[in-house]
Amino acid sequence: MAVQTADTAPPAAANPVLGPAFKDALIVGLIALGLFGPLIGFETVIIDGALGLAYRPSLLAIMVGIIFFGRLLLNVTLWSPNRKPSTHTGPTLFDRAGTVMGPGVKPALLAFAVLFPAIAIFSLGGLNESRYLIDLGILILTYVMLGWGLNIVVGLAGLLDLGYVAFYAVGAYTYALLATSAPINDFFAGLFGATFWANWAFWICLPMAGIFAGVWGMILGFPVLRLRGDYLAIVTLAFGEIIRLVLINWVDFTNGGAGIASIPRATFFGIPFNAGPDGFAALFGLPFSPMHRIVFLYFVILALALLTAFVTVRLRRLPVGRAWEALREDEIACRSLGINTTTTKLSAFATGAMFGGFAGCFFAVRAGFVSPESFTFDVSAMILAIVVLGGMGSQIGVAVAAAVMMGGMEMLRNLGFLKQIFGNDFDPSLYRMLIFGFAMVAIMVWKPRGLVSTRDPTIFLKERKAVSGDLVKEGHG
Amino acid sequence: MATSPANGLPRWEADPILIVEHLFMRFGGLIAVNDLSFKVGRGDITALIGPNGAGKTTVFNCITGFYKPSEGRLILAHGRAPTPEEIAEVTRIGERSLVGREAGVFLLERMPDYLVSGGAKVARTFQNIRLFTGMTVLENLMVAQHNALMAASGYSLKGLFGLPGWTRAQKAATAKAEYWLDKVGLTDRADDPAGDLPYGAQRRLEIARAMCSEPILLCLDEPAAGLNPRESLELNTLLRAIRAEHGTSILLIEHDMSVVMEISDHVVVLDYGTKISDGTPEAVKNDPRVIAAYLGVDEDAVEEVEAELKLDTNPTGAGA
Repeated sequence: MAVQTADTAPPAAANPVLGPAFKDALIVGLIALGLFGPLIGFETVIIDGALGLAYRPSLLAIMVGIIFFGRLLLNVTLWSPNRKPSTHTGPTLFDRAGTVMGPGVKPALLAFAVLFPAIAIFSLGGLNESRYLIDLGILILTYVMLGWGLNIVVGLAGLLDLGYVAFYAVGAYTYALLATSAPINDFFAGLFGATFWANWAFWICLPMAGIFAGVWGMILGFPVLRLRGDYLAIVTLAFGEIIRLVLINWVDFTNGGAGIASIPRATFFGIPFNAGPDGFAALFGLPFSPMHRIVFLYFVILALALLTAFVTVRLRRLPVGRAWEALREDEIACRSLGINTTTTKLSAFATGAMFGGFAGCFFAVRAGFVSPESFTFDVSAMILAIVVLGGMGSQIGVAVAAAVMMGGMEMLRNLGFLKQIFGNDFDPSLYRMLIFGFAMVAIMVWKPRGLVSTRDPTIFLKERKAVSGDLVKEGHG
Repeated sequence: MATSPANGLPRWEADPILIVEHLFMRFGGLIAVNDLSFKVGRGDITALIGPNGAGKTTVFNCITGFYKPSEGRLILAHGRAPTPEEIAEVTRIGERSLVGREAGVFLLERMPDYLVSGGAKVARTFQNIRLFTGMTVLENLMVAQHNALMAASGYSLKGLFGLPGWTRAQKAATAKAEYWLDKVGLTDRADDPAGDLPYGAQRRLEIARAMCSEPILLCLDEPAAGLNPRESLELNTLLRAIRAEHGTSILLIEHDMSVVMEISDHVVVLDYGTKISDGTPEAVKNDPRVIAAYLGVDEDAVEEVEAELKLDTNPTGAGA
């Protein structure tokens, strides 16, 4: 039918293209001129100590020219009235690629994550040379873990939490404060020897950091969970900031903005990574290298992230996980089925917060230093962006999104070659956030439900069919 | 069916499962439900009817705990009809319920919505269907068994480690879901998202989901709305089967008189928040007040009915 009209109807071809396109481009060019005129055309300069005005007509002309010709080009190609609209339906290329690679992609990614340090070391030809890549891997895995933790709250339970960094901070400060505490150190020194607490602090504090963060999640969650949607988001944002401000201002307890330094480092289950005779290298007969600790940290965060994924996948198939998802779909229906929505929301908040706490504890032991600077809203926004980009509720999507976002941000630091194009004054790292923003917009235009937009059912009778993202709700708080 | 052989009383008087007493619901200055009292018989299908805006859904929301009534008492009786002493006792001690071995009395107006469903075992459906559209049909039925499964999963601890007790409970829950899928004819679509089902199937799934929570009283808010005549007929069969095979009492709001008159044992008619008629379908069908409320009447008839109403209400008003 559509083909027939296209073949037989001459008006389709007779539509005037160039005239209206030119007119439209001209109007847009004029608007651009009006906008850019004051913004780009003028420049304030200091002339003999006084403020003066300089003009940049050529730059203005280039900018307006780009707008004009770009619009013209789009008008005669993509936006042309003669262009047959794409009638492609069904799964997109990305989705089809996903189904083809589906079964293999998870083991492949897991194998890559496990082998990553070895790959880095062999490809770069040595332990010390691979430091940058392994550090990057640790960073990415930290954000994968944080993304998976927040995914429980935002993706499964549908509660928009903009203050997730608060739990990250609670975990980090739990470890920092406990590990550097002199009374605790003295107590254990009396019981098990002088170095006991320094060597074991991380392994003892790791579960405590998770528990503390989970308890904080409940404490913060209780008053805010009667709120929904935007209001919940604002209040969680405020709680995130409150925790940071308390950390800055309660100087006696947290050492304020100066932070807490010389936090005990991670040990190989009690064996310190040092050059001494009791150190890891000596005991395992290896030549000492500071990289041992870094590689070990990589595997610690990998294990923690996998624990998060494992628990989340398991919980999704339990009544509590199904209740979280049901809550996201329809809260009133949940209540009509006897689900206590308050405890269900709290359990989601606390579980998500607990994994944030684990990640925070790891952050503190990796950096050896914590300060409130590390727990700004930017981190919350970044984690939330990872969850949204990855596809809410999807494990693999979040992992890929974290790798792309954190890895991509790092890659943008290494755009030195652009200097050859734009000259030596050009600093590509300044454009990081701009490019990042463009990437976000592009993904949201083409994949509005995130990289993985389908939902995997938690139970099936005959056949596991993915649920289309169009049917899955985002939750209302 | 509706009369108990023992003493000739209708069943809703002899063995009520739900007693609504002097229910008021005010929204600011608006009185949505005005001194409503009625009884629902155990094992009966009771219909609550009335013109649009009569307050039927408000009554439902009060019964199921979504609204706190402004005044009134809602007594749900498990097992057998409660004695006046039991009702007085639970009211006096200020508890939500008084549960003995073979009988229990629940005061629904004191309970939050999730306990009305989870504890008192009153399930409901909604006028505008509220399914978990992004979850599969089977998952919808599993969510309905949340409380039982939650306990079986050791509040997630047993489930996290996949202990056998949990696996068994999950199997049993799946079997129950399959039973209800078969009942409502959705077995073939068990693994499809609920949002993909046609409208009539969504209505049936909502009833199946409510039944999976093992209610003793099932409240259906316009179950036949939007159904074609054949689907309405199937609905009648389904509701009868639920009552016959599971002994579940049913309270339903309905506009479709073919459903109401066909299957209900007892009809309560509301208009402007007050009860205007209460009795068997036959009695209600011929009640002039019901006809007036539904069809409207010409001027003379209004006066006639008003006169009749005055005759009716004045003596009771004077008596009270």
